[in-house]
Amino acid sequence: MTARLAVLFRTPGVWPCLALLLVLLINWLITPQFFHLEIRDGRLYGTLIDVLNRGAPVALLAIGMSLVIATRGIDLSVGAVMAIAGAVCANLIAAGTGSTLLIVAAGLTAGLAAGLVNGSLISYLGLQPIVATLVLMVAGRGIAQLINDGQIVTFQHQGFAWLGVGNFLGLPVPVILVALVFAGVYLLTRKTALGLFIEAVGCNPTASHYLGIPVASVKMLAYIVAGLCSALAGIIATADIQGADANNIGLWLELDAILAVVLGGASLMGGRFSIGLAVVGVLIIQALSTGIIMSGLPAKYNLLVKALVVIVVLLVQTPRFRHQFIKPFLRLKKTTVNGEPIA
Amino acid sequence: MSLWIGHRYFPLLVTCALFLVLWIIGAVQFDGFGSGRVFFNLFTDNAFLAITAIGMTFVILSGGIDLSVGAVIALTGIVCAVLIEQHHWHPLQAFSLILVGAAGFGAAMGALIHYYRLQPFIVTLAGMFFARGLANTISENSIPINHSFYSAVSSFGFGLPGGGWIGSQALILLLVLVLAIITAHYSRFGNAVYAIGGDRQSAELMGVPIASTTIVIYVLSSTLAALAGIVFSFYTFSGYSLAAMGVELDAIAAVVIGGTLLSGGRGYILGTLVGVLIMGLIQTYISFHGSLNSWWTKIVIGLLLLFFIALQKALSSFRKT
Repeated sequence: MTARLAVLFRTPGVWPCLALLLVLLINWLITPQFFHLEIRDGRLYGTLIDVLNRGAPVALLAIGMSLVIATRGIDLSVGAVMAIAGAVCANLIAAGTGSTLLIVAAGLTAGLAAGLVNGSLISYLGLQPIVATLVLMVAGRGIAQLINDGQIVTFQHQGFAWLGVGNFLGLPVPVILVALVFAGVYLLTRKTALGLFIEAVGCNPTASHYLGIPVASVKMLAYIVAGLCSALAGIIATADIQGADANNIGLWLELDAILAVVLGGASLMGGRFSIGLAVVGVLIIQALSTGIIMSGLPAKYNLLVKALVVIVVLLVQTPRFRHQFIKPFLRLKKTTVNGEPIA
Repeated sequence: MSLWIGHRYFPLLVTCALFLVLWIIGAVQFDGFGSGRVFFNLFTDNAFLAITAIGMTFVILSGGIDLSVGAVIALTGIVCAVLIEQHHWHPLQAFSLILVGAAGFGAAMGALIHYYRLQPFIVTLAGMFFARGLANTISENSIPINHSFYSAVSSFGFGLPGGGWIGSQALILLLVLVLAIITAHYSRFGNAVYAIGGDRQSAELMGVPIASTTIVIYVLSSTLAALAGIVFSFYTFSGYSLAAMGVELDAIAAVVIGGTLLSGGRGYILGTLVGVLIMGLIQTYISFHGSLNSWWTKIVIGLLLLFFIALQKALSSFRKT
């Protein structure tokens, strides 16, 4: 039994999932209606749906971020790219563009451009990812403000707003979009050799190069996917509030996205990724925030609780911590079992 | 020429030259820009950022990063305000408690980074949430500080010929600067920081005390951030949990513009100061100009960052050949 448990605990992904279950369990104990779902006007309502819906932008960021982190990179610019994409869309609508498809395409193009800039700086100029994307993180919000001319651009556009607040098949549209992107990226990385290439590049770029893997292009692709995902997240956030606020849209979300990927068990040193576990990481963060609000605890405790949970989840994933604090616990149980006949 | 470019002071010289060029551009365009008053105000106005960035320089020299400094500044302000206003402590008592507390906070982050092999980025991110969250929990409102000590300190300073004024904030900054330069460039600890940033494994094999150095680096960064928070409260006369948002980014940008390599092992404390002054100068230029909007600051700083990273990259490939 203990041996089987030990094998289970060494399986990647067990700890993040356990952490999510624990957070959900605590939420359920504090507010029993946490898992309550009901259908009203052809749409599912409930706290769980709320968690999924509110977590949608960060989930998109985390999906892109997990590919980037797998190549031993990092993308600090995703929040700023959200702001740029939102500003592009809002200004197109304000200028009288009617076609939702065209507006979304323009927003995604902004994300593509951002991904290309990041990717070129990193792949072709060989800059460190953390600094290369810092450039766009700092300058990006300035660019978004420039597009918005320093205003908060608001708009009325039913088709575009549907992307943020609409329903489809009884679920909020952002959740559907996340599911689509998740499926797309999953197929792209796990049903082709691309996922393997990404992990190889993160593990050992030199060896990958000698194996004939186009290292520069693989990295470039990861940043492009991250750029597109952030643009979509920006579109959802902009459609949700029907306005583009360059200062606040996606502010600090890059940190949440990176945190989600790491909570999902990925190492910032790259070499492996699981977009599924990254989404689990997002759900941990979002279930925690929603749980705190539901429990009636003042929202000001949100950050403090988040910090403590993050540290605990991270520590539990380190071999040294498990060796120090969890192994002795298991051993203790074992000796009492052995000791029982004597007693 | 190649001797020049390959020299280790070259990035520092580029930073200084850039400052001079920007200053000349401003002085030619606007009356009064080139005055001593504007120059010395750069020190007084940006003292808190410079103190934070000096702490950040140690962290970055060792190959790490500290995202928690902005939150530590805010937490310092709020704790100051609560202790002085609501518990009637003398500011100096409050400062000593805060500095000791910040040192403990830094030691905890350093220990997590060293002993559990966690990434500095993630640990200090959690530290940022923790400090910001603690500040929020203590008070969500801005708390004003009214104490005779505060007004005495903020009105203290020296007038200089040419209309310049060195305020107490600038004096604290200069003291920190001198101590930091001695620590970084003329002490055993400083050598250990450079060694770890240059090549951690070699440093370990050479017998550099990795554990204590790593912990002291983060202690230093958090303590300096707390000191910056105290200096910051001398400008605002208040504590607010949402103050100093994003200061960690400004500090990192200043360190990079100052010519320090983000991968560690190379750079100078003095460069960081000049980096902060350049960022201050850009803001001064934009406020002198009047019609330029503040978002241009962000774009220009982004471009400067890009320029310096590209320069570093070019230099390192130059050194290899």
